[in-house]
Amino acid sequence: MAELLSGSNLERVLAAGKFAVTAELGPPMDCNGEVVREKAKILKGNADAFNITDNQTAVVRMSSIASAFIILQEGLEPVMQMTTRDRNRLAIQADILGACALGCKNCLCIAGDHQSFGGAGRLKGHPGAKNVYDIDTIQLISALKGMRDDGVQQGGDPIDKRPPLFIGCAWTPMGDPIEIRPTRLKKKVDAGADFIQTQGVYDVEAFKEQMKIVVDMGLHERTAILAGIIVPRNFGMLKYMNNFVSGVSVPKELMDRMKAAMKAGGDDKKQKRINQEEEAGKITVELIQQCREIPGIKGVHLQAIEWEKKIPEIVEKAGLLPRPTFD
Amino acid sequence: MIIADQKPVAEIKGFIEGKKKVLIAGCGTCVTVCLAGGETEVKNVASALRIAFKNDGKDVEILEDTVERQCDDEFVEPLLARVKNEGFDAVVTLACGVGCNFLSTRIGPVQVFPGVNTSFLGSNEAQGDYLELCAGCGECILHLTGGICPMARCSKQIMNGPCGGTSDGKCEISQDIDCGWYLIVKRMQELDILGQYDEIQAARDWSKGTHGGPRRLTKETAAMAAEDDAAKES
Repeated sequence: MAELLSGSNLERVLAAGKFAVTAELGPPMDCNGEVVREKAKILKGNADAFNITDNQTAVVRMSSIASAFIILQEGLEPVMQMTTRDRNRLAIQADILGACALGCKNCLCIAGDHQSFGGAGRLKGHPGAKNVYDIDTIQLISALKGMRDDGVQQGGDPIDKRPPLFIGCAWTPMGDPIEIRPTRLKKKVDAGADFIQTQGVYDVEAFKEQMKIVVDMGLHERTAILAGIIVPRNFGMLKYMNNFVSGVSVPKELMDRMKAAMKAGGDDKKQKRINQEEEAGKITVELIQQCREIPGIKGVHLQAIEWEKKIPEIVEKAGLLPRPTFD
Repeated sequence: MIIADQKPVAEIKGFIEGKKKVLIAGCGTCVTVCLAGGETEVKNVASALRIAFKNDGKDVEILEDTVERQCDDEFVEPLLARVKNEGFDAVVTLACGVGCNFLSTRIGPVQVFPGVNTSFLGSNEAQGDYLELCAGCGECILHLTGGICPMARCSKQIMNGPCGGTSDGKCEISQDIDCGWYLIVKRMQELDILGQYDEIQAARDWSKGTHGGPRRLTKETAAMAAEDDAAKES
């Protein structure tokens, strides 16, 4: 096995040629560390690493670094998400050094939703906040790579103990304009992205086409691409994602299936919910299996937003257990 | 040009409550074109204020004056002289923030109030429709982006865009806002220069923008020429 960049569990799974699984863990909107611990206990053993979101949908939550440290204490490996929205290059690098000192080995570089989002309209958020965007995602990847491989801060000052990070970023394969997306992925890989977690995939055929371009460019051999799967909890959520989430389109067939599951519950609200949640599990397992078949895909990134307890069942039914372990 | 938007008359009235003689000062340049602070707007604001104070039963003298540019001593001097000679106790300027600053540092003990909100650097798209096209960031990168500016037109000022939030050519924050990077990609395709997109743009030096502190630009040759002219005259 080639020398590891970070020695993170996620990196080791990928280096061993295993199909990787990451899952998302959303921190609470308060300082209750028990919420994070509880989620960690549910998720433990069901993925190789766990993404800790960073003020997701531009809503203030427990910091990704603190939450990452809590799950480390619980024996899980975090992927600390880091948006360029909330911190300038000084804060980002300081936080990265601190996170690495605490034992974090994976970082996901993302732009973050614009602050005008405020919890996708369900929460107030902070739409009047000033965003930072001192550096963008690609520049952040370059900065982290420089810290790790060259031992220099972005400004040029030397680093004695280099942060051993497995550097990741997101990719929206079906974002608009679609023809630029593979090239933009290449820029991320050129900048130093070791792994990629894609935006949620429902339209597997469209994703396949984008992946074919990516494979033709050889990018799948330079980075590990994990297909993003967002567990579609109910019909309303699928409809919302199809209509309002950029780069996500849900095929009519999936919408119809979920709608039928909902309707089969008749007037019984509880039954409607149960039916949809069952269908959500089935759809997710199918999506995982379909994405697994796509050439160039090295794993999946599962997001069950505020529904983490569904993950163990999905991972099990998808035949992804047990997860590999290393000495 | 600089785009500004008139403040509500009630807000302006609040600034000058208690004053006896107020000059409403317009500017003949950018704010005239964007219908915020030219001669016509000065007339309208002045007359609205006169009516409002009259309704309150207050005797406030409101006069009007519009100069060619409120950011240049040559045009501002007569205005300053008038304020001094005619005993105004306040000025409301409908020029951009530059005008308000410029007058305030030259006018002596008379307060200058802003009558507009200075908004952005933009274009005249149609009558009454202005679009932000430049962020005044101090270091143009338009040669890299097909002439369309990600600093002014991307909500995240991303230099290596587009982010994942583009949808049907629109920005994730609003269907009314074009995605700057969508426009850039399409423009680069049109020019057949999309190959340039492959290059990663490095982190920016924001010190050339407002993050480096207030900016001043001195053109030495022009300054020297002015000194020569002054010497010849004397």
